[in-house]
Amino acid sequence: MGHNSVIDQLKKNQIIDLLNEGNRLDGRKFDEPRSLTIDTNVIPKAEGSARARLGDTEVVAGVKVQVEKPFPDTGDKGMLICTAEILPIAHPSVETGPPGPPVIELARVVDRGIRESGMIDMKKLVLVENKAVIGIFSDNSVTDHDGNLFDACSYASTAAILSSKIPKYEIKDEVPVLVEGEFTETPITTIPISVTMARIGEHIIVDPNSDEWMIMDARITITTNSDGNIVALQKGGGDGFTYEQLVKCSEISISVGSKIREIIKQSTQGN
Amino acid sequence: MIKLGGRDTDVVLLDENGKRSDGRTVNETRKVTIKAGVLKNANGSAYIEFGENKILAGIYGPRDVHPKHLSNPDTGILRCRYHMSPFSVGDRKNPAPSRREIEISKVIKEALEPAVILDQFPRTVVDIFLEILQADGGTRCAALAAASVALADAGIPMRDMVSACAAGKVADTVILDVNNEEDQAGQADMPMGYMPNLKKITLLQLDGVLTPEEYKKCVEVGIDGCNQVYEIQKKALEEKYFSKGDQ
Repeated sequence: MGHNSVIDQLKKNQIIDLLNEGNRLDGRKFDEPRSLTIDTNVIPKAEGSARARLGDTEVVAGVKVQVEKPFPDTGDKGMLICTAEILPIAHPSVETGPPGPPVIELARVVDRGIRESGMIDMKKLVLVENKAVIGIFSDNSVTDHDGNLFDACSYASTAAILSSKIPKYEIKDEVPVLVEGEFTETPITTIPISVTMARIGEHIIVDPNSDEWMIMDARITITTNSDGNIVALQKGGGDGFTYEQLVKCSEISISVGSKIREIIKQSTQGN
Repeated sequence: MIKLGGRDTDVVLLDENGKRSDGRTVNETRKVTIKAGVLKNANGSAYIEFGENKILAGIYGPRDVHPKHLSNPDTGILRCRYHMSPFSVGDRKNPAPSRREIEISKVIKEALEPAVILDQFPRTVVDIFLEILQADGGTRCAALAAASVALADAGIPMRDMVSACAAGKVADTVILDVNNEEDQAGQADMPMGYMPNLKKITLLQLDGVLTPEEYKKCVEVGIDGCNQVYEIQKKALEEKYFSKGDQ
């Protein structure tokens, strides 16, 4: 997805000219994300799942829950691991094989937003202290790629976790035994929402699509929780932000985030 | 056990006199020393001690790009490898690059890209190697600060220096330069990279919960810390290139 061709240069000029007039290529306002649709329980074999479609970017997230041996220093907490993979069906430029730095960054930013928000109360996921805890694995598969995978994966994972149920275990002689067909609620404390913004020149735009993503100067992903506090942040791209721009981005992330949180709440209700 | 904000800790991170676990005040950095030009073979290099962090930075290039398909006919490119030595931390670290190291390499590269001017060197690469010999919290900032001194030492044209320092929150208080203990038991850690003359933030990450007001304060405090580190970076270059007796 390089942008060295003449066409890309023309598109870049067009996007910048439009931004200078206050418009975007697809007609959105600067602080307007693309339309978000979320379907939950799309994969019945997973303990939780969601398909998120953010404009033309589509991600399927599945939550698997299994008993794990905890890490030595966190025997009093459950485990959470989020991953992300861009499938080769998503874009012609995707290659199979081990993930490169951009995909590793994607997975880690999605993981960090959910983890640092404390979305799941990890202390409630201990079966036998230091021996057996519940592990929640949220794996994101990007199936269609039109930019801003950070938010699409975050929304898919958040919705999948909200729709998840944890299988019930009984403890017999310090060994957890699965109780077939019974589930408990996933202990949710807050709903983290990431908002990714691109800076193109002096303009800050929310939820850049693929065209905008390719020509942006820098980007920032800010995750907020239900209380409107900031819980995680990642700057990327080959340029920087001024202090004033960062303050503006934090305000946008809180206001846009609260709207997206409502959409995700609505679409995961009744699970 | 003392309850401090979100996480439990038995360390007093901030006592009643406003002193932190290592005796610093809230807006004081650890002791930072930088020496430029410490490696013979590298085109540019620097050694930084940032508190207990000990980091070597080496620059090779501009030089031919291998593999060739990575080369850009319009400009030189930057490549960065942040690597922790197995002996740099408490438990031995597997020397193979971890996902964390790959991510940090990427964010450091992106923090330096705005500063370097590589269009005079098309089809070449400038390689930045950052070796963490000892880690004690805030290695990415210390490594970034050393990397920009090493780039300047290598004579790479630059728009500005990139300075770095972290801000954070412990015991519900915004603090400067989070050490390892504070990172583990504190409430938030926000590493920052900053171009002091262009006033641009080029590296910014956060984990931990901050209110919007605390976030603003953290960015302000971080910028202040970066400005302090910048003075030490300049001194390191002055010492190498302008000290008396030397050429």
